[in-house]
Amino acid sequence: MNNDTQTSPPRTDEPMAQIKPKLSNKERMKIPRHPMPEQNPLERARNFFEVPLGYTPEMAMEEAERCLLCKKAKCVEGCPVNVQIPDFIEHVAAGNFSLAAQALKQMNALPAVCGRVCPQEDQCESLCVIGAKVEPVAVGRLERFVADWERANPANGGTGSKVKIPELPPPTGKKVAIIGAGPAGLTCAGDLAKRGHAVTIFEALHKPGGVLVYGIPEFRLPKQIVEAEVQYLEKLGVQIKCDFVVGMTRTIDELMNEDGYDAVFIGTGAGLPYFMGLPGENLNGVYSANEFLTRVNLMKGFEFPNHADTPVPMAKHVVVVGGGNTAMDAARTALRLPWTEKVYIVYRRSHVEMPARKEEIHHGEQEGIEFLLLTNPTRFLGKDGWLNGVECQKMELGEPDASGRRKPVAIPGSEFTLEAEAVIIAVGNGSNPLINKTTPGLSVTKYGNIIADESGKTSREGVWAGGDIVIGAATVIKAMGAGKSAAKAIDEFVTGKKQ
Amino acid sequence: MSALSAIQLLAHKLEREGQTNITSYGDSVFRILEKNDLAAKVFRYVIEAPDVAKKAKAGQFVILRLYNDGERIPITLADWNVAKGTITLYVQAIGKTTIMMSMMKAGDALADVVGPLGIPSHVEKGKTLVALGGGFGIAAIHPIVRAHKLIGNKTISIIGARTKELMLMENEMRAISDDVRIATDDGSYGTKGFVTTVLKSMLENRELMDVVLAIGPVVMMKAVADLTRSYGVQTLVSLNPIMMDGTGMCGACRVVVGDKLQFACVDGPEFDAHKVDFELLVARQKMYSPQEKISMELFNKICEAQEHRETAAW
Ligand SMILES: Cc1cc2nc3c(=O)[nH]c(=O)nc-3n(C[C@H](O)[C@H](O)[C@H](O)COP(=O)(O)OP(=O)(O)OC[C@H]3O[C@@H](n4cnc5c(N)ncnc54)[C@H](O)[C@@H]3O)c2cc1C
Ligand SMILES: Cc1cc2nc3c(=O)[nH]c(=O)nc-3n(C[C@H](O)[C@H](O)[C@H](O)COP(=O)(O)OP(=O)(O)OC[C@H]3O[C@@H](n4cnc5c(N)ncnc54)[C@H](O)[C@@H]3O)c2cc1C
Ligand code: SF4
Ligand code: SF4
Ligand code: FES
Repeated sequence: MNNDTQTSPPRTDEPMAQIKPKLSNKERMKIPRHPMPEQNPLERARNFFEVPLGYTPEMAMEEAERCLLCKKAKCVEGCPVNVQIPDFIEHVAAGNFSLAAQALKQMNALPAVCGRVCPQEDQCESLCVIGAKVEPVAVGRLERFVADWERANPANGGTGSKVKIPELPPPTGKKVAIIGAGPAGLTCAGDLAKRGHAVTIFEALHKPGGVLVYGIPEFRLPKQIVEAEVQYLEKLGVQIKCDFVVGMTRTIDELMNEDGYDAVFIGTGAGLPYFMGLPGENLNGVYSANEFLTRVNLMKGFEFPNHADTPVPMAKHVVVVGGGNTAMDAARTALRLPWTEKVYIVYRRSHVEMPARKEEIHHGEQEGIEFLLLTNPTRFLGKDGWLNGVECQKMELGEPDASGRRKPVAIPGSEFTLEAEAVIIAVGNGSNPLINKTTPGLSVTKYGNIIADESGKTSREGVWAGGDIVIGAATVIKAMGAGKSAAKAIDEFVTGKKQ
Repeated sequence: MSALSAIQLLAHKLEREGQTNITSYGDSVFRILEKNDLAAKVFRYVIEAPDVAKKAKAGQFVILRLYNDGERIPITLADWNVAKGTITLYVQAIGKTTIMMSMMKAGDALADVVGPLGIPSHVEKGKTLVALGGGFGIAAIHPIVRAHKLIGNKTISIIGARTKELMLMENEMRAISDDVRIATDDGSYGTKGFVTTVLKSMLENRELMDVVLAIGPVVMMKAVADLTRSYGVQTLVSLNPIMMDGTGMCGACRVVVGDKLQFACVDGPEFDAHKVDFELLVARQKMYSPQEKISMELFNKICEAQEHRETAAW
């Protein structure tokens, strides 16, 4: 592997702001959507470097020209945190990248992350007006471009090594505890620190980032981006205590009654892997996606045994069960391990119902993953405790179920067997009960999700919650939105502005 | 075993990778304050971990990581001191990580120690406890026996070793047990045979007992479960499947108890011995055997190379 294939940061010089002839809407819509430069599929399927390489300044400015800068911009409604999309795109079009970054960061603390992992086709880009006639403006790619440009140009206030820290208000003397260093917790922490509160994040794992570090792989979200954001928070004065499991190391009551925290935000995510209850599921070689991805990503198992001690499955044939982002990530990660020869995705519905980002499905197909759709595993086969195959069954779509999607029904007699030494189960995550069990008076749903109002307020005085632990496995940007709303409410609570 | 310091090794490894920081995020330093080389490749460590010490209860464990590229391994809390902010661990050097740990010295720091994890042992007043420990299992039963003793329960401890010289923690166990029974494989001390040999004769003699607790290798825990089953004595074991996060997030530690899937790190590690699927546990402990072997071979090579370097430097 060599480093040349890694994303090169956008050029460091900011092109002179240009005054261009104003284009008519018709002319703008004639410009084709600029494709994303990407690593060659066959090459990248064997390395862990980022797949999309990012726009150059020229490409970004050209793509930005396609935006109609709508007065009542529909796209903004599609974004869970209401990024002022036309504002930042206008600056990109003019080549004013630092102004673009400022506009972007008003609503979104982690644009380098969101530009890469938001399901834009379901959010901002789904509502773009030109999308009805031509392809929508590539909002996500532009967002990524601006964030990367800013990181490479720290003098402009980016989160690079020479970060410019915003001027902080005098300390309020209030202490807030944040539980979980995922996108919800990180966002909440940043907003509270900027309001002058003393913030401590408690994280169970040895590294902050949540799913961004243990789940989403390097080739989709380089870890240095998350690290830069975390360092930025530390510069804002946020304390991060890793190796600290709230509920075990300390309970919420102890944090509030003994350690003097005035408020608590719970952002513990959806970290309880579901299994399928099929025969053979405990054979050696059957993994939860959480285990597999954590071993490879967080524990750097892809460098085993030379540069990391954590073992990873060494299988030639891998079957991944599921159709979401987690399944795509597990499949594409497995493919990149040097000993893997073949990776299947087994999903019980059809292509259109797959919940994963379109781009990830497309990338997976390009890289050579075989998709077995309308297929479901029925049992795991093995010998002497070790997996050697998966029995599957073909499905067809029947009547729509409660979710509105057509329910898959098994076709009798359609069983067939796949050879496999590893199976990765990626059929979803529930909520971890550690906090619920140790926090009396905290109301939860029957699935263990914490019940919270719009601002994240829970049934416990002084305790807020947000992200996957409240709404179930969702998206990064929704978790960030929840962290932001809670920060506002917590600020009002601790400063006594609102009870 | 090579006598070189683990930190030298780590430094060598890190130098190669251009890394500099050994500890991880935050300001916690998990320093080794004391280290003793006990018998049978078991080492005792007193480690600075005030947050863990403050909440530790009998039957719980920690997960630790030696350095940045290290793996996460679970180790039982054998003791703790709230005032000093320390915890005590007994670690048997059997593979790459535990051997590397055995090379660390007092003064070195671990990258991570997280805990206390797991559900504390169930300790009920008015019971007579018989506790069996083998290997590091003796360290694991120690705090549980003590907890029973503290609330006034009668405690009988059965501890075993291959031979007299390798017996661990005899004095510590005597201090908290009403009676200590000893077994050695070669008969050099106490009963000849296993800890289960002692338990068997106790059961046959109808000695009074309400709860049996066994911690150690799976074969031993299974043998105890099989023995007590027909006598209907409540029996608890602390399971040791492969773990990673220790918080219920990965499912690596899944065990089957009474036909129910359980995550040992959060639903255990203590379970009703009569309901445990031991066969599955044994199989799943071997999940990474081939990789562990590769890792160990590579480590031995690095150790050898390092020794060469040192000899050359002299
Ligand atoms: C493999 C994978 C791929 C995904 N891909 C995408 C994608 O492409 N786009 C997208 O938008 N979304 C994606 N998602 C979903 C997205 O990552 C989540 O919705 C988001 O991370 C939720 O954020 P959070 O802050 O609520 O929780 P998390 O990111 O889960 O973070 C929770 C943190 O809390 C910690 N924690 C838990 N319990 C405790 C405790 N008791 N004490 C202390 N700390 C604790 C955890 O260790 C973790 O670090 C993906 C999810 C997965 C698993
Ligand atoms: C709850 C619990 C408490 C434990 N308490 C102690 C203790 O007090 N003292 C002690 O010496 N040992 C204890 N162990 C066992 C200890 O974790 C393993 O010996 C250690 O992880 C071996 O790692 P290694 O790299 O040195 O050896 P390896 O060569 O990697 O492994 C040797 C064997 O150890 C087991 N093992 C490997 N990795 C793990 C892992 N991540 N988690 C669990 N088991 C693993 C496997 O069965 C493996 O075959 C405990 C285990 C559990 C689950
Ligand atoms: S944050 Fe996500 S949804 Fe919002 S504009 Fe950016 S890419 Fe679109
Ligand atoms: S809806 Fe589309 S064209 Fe209009 S402002 Fe948003 S991105 Fe631009
Ligand atoms: S160790 Fe991961 S769930 Fe128990």
